[in-house]
Amino acid sequence: MNYNWNWGIFLDQVKGGDETYLDWLATGLGWTVAVSLTAWLMALLLGIAIGTLRTLPSRPLATFGAAWVELFRNLPLLVQMFLWFFVVPELLPKDWGLWVKRDMPAKEFITAAVCLGLFTSSRVAEQVRSGIQSLPRGQMHAALAMGFTLPQAYRHVLLPQALRRVIPPLTSEFMNVFKNSSVAFAIGVMELTFQARQMQEDSEQGIETYVAVTILYFLCAIIANRGMAVIEARSRIPGLIGGSH
Amino acid sequence: MIEIRHLSKWYGPTQVLDDCSTHVAKGEVVVVCGPSGSGKSTLIKCVNGLEGFQQGELVVDGVSLGDAKTDLTRLRARVGMVFQHFELFPHMSVLKNLMLAQIKVLGRNPDEAATRGLALLERVGLKAHAEKFPAQLSGGQQQRVAIARALAMDPVCLLFDEPTSALDPEMIGEVLDVMVELAAEGMTMMCVTHEMGFARKVAKRVVFMDHGHIVEEAPAMQFFEAPQSERAQAFLSKILHH
Repeated sequence: MNYNWNWGIFLDQVKGGDETYLDWLATGLGWTVAVSLTAWLMALLLGIAIGTLRTLPSRPLATFGAAWVELFRNLPLLVQMFLWFFVVPELLPKDWGLWVKRDMPAKEFITAAVCLGLFTSSRVAEQVRSGIQSLPRGQMHAALAMGFTLPQAYRHVLLPQALRRVIPPLTSEFMNVFKNSSVAFAIGVMELTFQARQMQEDSEQGIETYVAVTILYFLCAIIANRGMAVIEARSRIPGLIGGSH
Repeated sequence: MIEIRHLSKWYGPTQVLDDCSTHVAKGEVVVVCGPSGSGKSTLIKCVNGLEGFQQGELVVDGVSLGDAKTDLTRLRARVGMVFQHFELFPHMSVLKNLMLAQIKVLGRNPDEAATRGLALLERVGLKAHAEKFPAQLSGGQQQRVAIARALAMDPVCLLFDEPTSALDPEMIGEVLDVMVELAAEGMTMMCVTHEMGFARKVAKRVVFMDHGHIVEEAPAMQFFEAPQSERAQAFLSKILHH
């Protein structure tokens, strides 16, 4: 292989600027984390709400939840990104559309975070739904028999148990958010993958660039994983399998 | 206290309750028994509205359950229920299990709820376990906690849905002892159970069900000594001779 190794490249200045390549990657990492955490927060809140809706006795609400899930999980994420960025502003009332296209601050970032948040919310919703449905029916009966309203039964009895049960699949989902955020480069968010492509073209040191980016994505995912593991351990119920005695 | 008149219920085309009528007066203990699938659990779940019904009338403490305007949550707060599988909330301590509905439904303050909860745990002999979690207790202990949890709401009557069926034999006694004590204190109770010893000891009447019908209803002694229907005779011969 005739390749010019240069591991010092990260400290070199970029062509036509006074930043280093490391600065580019750091900026990219910052946007990756920002898009991912914003999307995850959205996905959790919406996912819990939609997953709950799908288990309600009310037919219209359950149907709304089902439609939400199918809408956001049946299209490729990249296509959804383009739809939100190029198509949705055209469908808005004219003034709003113009504002979104011309004046909305951090337009790419917001679009990417919302798109990824909605996409992930459909997956979180399915996990929350399966968690609720895995509980014995008697738990709901016991809650109602004590005089709880349906919202109280969910809030105090069903959801605290269901959410504990789905922490393992939610952990994978949280890691996926970081990986999926790379799609945001396609609409111009200057996140890690965007910066990597830029650095590779600018420096012509493709291998070093992508080794660094690989390590950074891996670190993001592993930190997400460890964070969720701490939450899982803290929320264990004494006396149950895997709990402390 | 509980008036059930001509109650019928269907799941789709399948009829699960067929023209059932009975009553439980204040301070009375009525035992409902019958083979599995006879509709006894369904009947008792109609009493606090966990199951609906299509025909007939059901009045609990003056409140009609068939009426669409009835506030079910208010009624349920006054009718305690104990389940076959205990249904304690596994994610909170024993004491929290007793406090939650007192605070959220009755609006008691946490100190008041804790005091009441601890007093009831003492009564069922489990005060020392207040801070444990349900899964750390035996089945019999869990069911005694479940009874205490129902009592914490100061119910006007208690419904028992096969309270000892999921228990190991050596734990049945401790739960029945609590139930006998409650009966002696004049608690109104409707119990679905196969514990015929309990029925003999405390039940005023026994209701025998089969295939969604109330086949026979008689004072307890008469039901055990001289059951009228063939179905009840066959049932009793099977469960009493073990």
